[in-house]
Amino acid sequence: MKRVNAVVVGAGAAGGIVAKELAVAGLSVVLLERGKWYTANDCRKDDLRNQRTTILGNAFGPEDEGNPRVWVDAKGDAHTVLPSEGPYQNDASCVGGGTLSYGAQAWRYMPQDFRMRSTYGAPAGSSLEDWPISYDELESYYEKAEYEIGISGDYSGTPFHGQRKRPLPMPPLPPGREFAILEPAAKRLGLHPFHIPMARNSVPYNGRGPCMRCRWCVGFACEVDAKNGSQNTVIPIALGTGNCELRTECVVKEVLTDERGRARGVAYFDEIGHLQEQLSDIVIVSGCATESARLLLNSKSKLFPDGLGNRYDQVGRNLQGHHYTGAVGYFDFETYDDVGPGATIAISDYNHGTPGLCGGGMLANEFIRLPIHMIDRLPEGTPRWGLGHKQAMREWHKRCIQIFGPTQQIPTAEGRVTVDPGVKDKWGLPVVRISGNVHPHTFEIGEVQAKRAAAWLKEAGAIHISTMSGKPEVVSAGQHQAGTCRMGNDPRNSVVNRNCQIHDVDNVFVIDSSVHVTNGGFNPALTIMAVAYFASEALVKNWKGTGFRG
Amino acid sequence: MGSRGNAGQVTRRQFVAAGALGSAALAVGCKSGNWEFLTDTQARTLGAICDQIVPADDFPSASQAGVLNYIDRQLMRHYRKHRGAYLDGLEQAEAMSRKRFGGELAGLSQQQQLEIVNGLSEQNSTFFGLVRNHTMEGYYGAPRHGGNRDGVSWRMLGLPEPPVRGRAQYDLTKHDPSGVAQ
Repeated sequence: MKRVNAVVVGAGAAGGIVAKELAVAGLSVVLLERGKWYTANDCRKDDLRNQRTTILGNAFGPEDEGNPRVWVDAKGDAHTVLPSEGPYQNDASCVGGGTLSYGAQAWRYMPQDFRMRSTYGAPAGSSLEDWPISYDELESYYEKAEYEIGISGDYSGTPFHGQRKRPLPMPPLPPGREFAILEPAAKRLGLHPFHIPMARNSVPYNGRGPCMRCRWCVGFACEVDAKNGSQNTVIPIALGTGNCELRTECVVKEVLTDERGRARGVAYFDEIGHLQEQLSDIVIVSGCATESARLLLNSKSKLFPDGLGNRYDQVGRNLQGHHYTGAVGYFDFETYDDVGPGATIAISDYNHGTPGLCGGGMLANEFIRLPIHMIDRLPEGTPRWGLGHKQAMREWHKRCIQIFGPTQQIPTAEGRVTVDPGVKDKWGLPVVRISGNVHPHTFEIGEVQAKRAAAWLKEAGAIHISTMSGKPEVVSAGQHQAGTCRMGNDPRNSVVNRNCQIHDVDNVFVIDSSVHVTNGGFNPALTIMAVAYFASEALVKNWKGTGFRG
Repeated sequence: MGSRGNAGQVTRRQFVAAGALGSAALAVGCKSGNWEFLTDTQARTLGAICDQIVPADDFPSASQAGVLNYIDRQLMRHYRKHRGAYLDGLEQAEAMSRKRFGGELAGLSQQQQLEIVNGLSEQNSTFFGLVRNHTMEGYYGAPRHGGNRDGVSWRMLGLPEPPVRGRAQYDLTKHDPSGVAQ
């Protein structure tokens, strides 16, 4: 197989951008993706089998069969779990990764989100740290992501965001009924509601049409291709250069290294299960936080007996996602209009600045409401079955609003990914083993956030309110997973440097949410994209023909 | 996964599943061709339980809306792992019914059935929890999976069936902030 300049492992939010940036710069690229390439025609609108509601499995991978993981619970007992089960912490495996089927909120983190330790100090038992890069350094890359991927929305209603040079490229979609109910209530409370930034066309953009407002966004591929991910933006551009080859259904076994410890390519199983080697000058790992860590840990050699880049036992640590809390309000009038995308209004007043709390999170109304979601979302005291339950479904389905948000997690070194010593996947590769729990301060923040959501709903006229703020005994990662190959200046407590280059190995990069030091109080996709543009630019600048000098 | 075998294969698979779990469920009833996994007897018992979970009122009950189709199909597919729990739980429900009222569950009055199902939810909460969730899925989930016949539960909730598939449903030029055509 022809040697190339770069192998990119994983065609998700980050991998797609890296492939495009390198291919445009003239490097030859092979982009390997373990899943398939779905299109808008694969939107099945199946409420029981999609990427959000996985009762009958994941729509966009991985399949339950042959892809187990091991989850270690709070008592220390290990369980084998399947991709459609919660503790698996799944993210989609397909071209586009999570961006094919995400809700497509496209947030910038706030300046304080990159300076969490300096701002708050590290709570006992946490591994809270600052990023080695700042919001100001990322600002122009956020902008690049907003314009290349295509983001609609309007930040003008709120002062709570970092400085920005240009507005978003598309206006927000017209507001729905929930927006009309929630906006004046938030303003009466002195809050600053605004239109959520979304990777969704509100007007024709990038050669594709606007959203048709069907409300089947999160968990589904967009039927009219108005939702923007790497699969319909940067990856087609990468392929169009002629410098990038995309190979789907290819599962990477390990990063191959030479006797000096530098990468010489990857070994992977192709779509018919044959082991192949793709040699390259550099390797970029973009497989998402759990799978990128697994690949490095499975890449063992004489120089790296515990896995590539794992000299200081840092690979896999600080796994984090978001702790979602909020409230459901029940109204004596209809709140439901069935107009997509559903989530339209947010506040970021509570992301920072509450005395006694290390951060917070944004709060927004929920995307999709299907009957199957409502069966366990009825007012407290409703019978779980029988005539009373059926009547409550009729009474409340169209008369409730859910507000919730991603509480920024306080990371710990014990929340982590390792590889299981026993369980293997269908290719014979050791699987991800997830252990640890959420830092208790995260729960304290989440509880306050739930009360704030309840107060907003009460002001909006809710007659009953149920708060949602559990203390799940499982590390939170899922579709917002991050942090396993943290970026930093000190090799003893980080895995990659500020350019996403592994400290020990100058031609291996990790570019995806794995490098997030902390994960903000927002959906992480746009930050993953901005970091990918930032790291790609540094990589291309340091590229010297066929060799790499970092 | 998901292939529909002929009746002979179904019987063999069920025999293997049941045999492996040491259940005596095969002793009752025989295959009728109505179901992929269940026997007619098991289906009657399950139907009685499901209809206590979603009873009939102005709108159909669980079994009237096809929930048994949903559960039966999934026991051959995604819920193969729950076969043992079903076979044992259905047998337990029948045993409780015979002991308390001297007859099969499906033949009892609504009040008697409710009493048995209440007892079942206490004595075998794992099985009952499964049936409760699977009944909700079959009743409120998409008709494509065999339940929610003609989208009856969605129409009960006042939702369009088939689900709204786009802008054609709305007049976005109207000043109503929701954009919903009146």
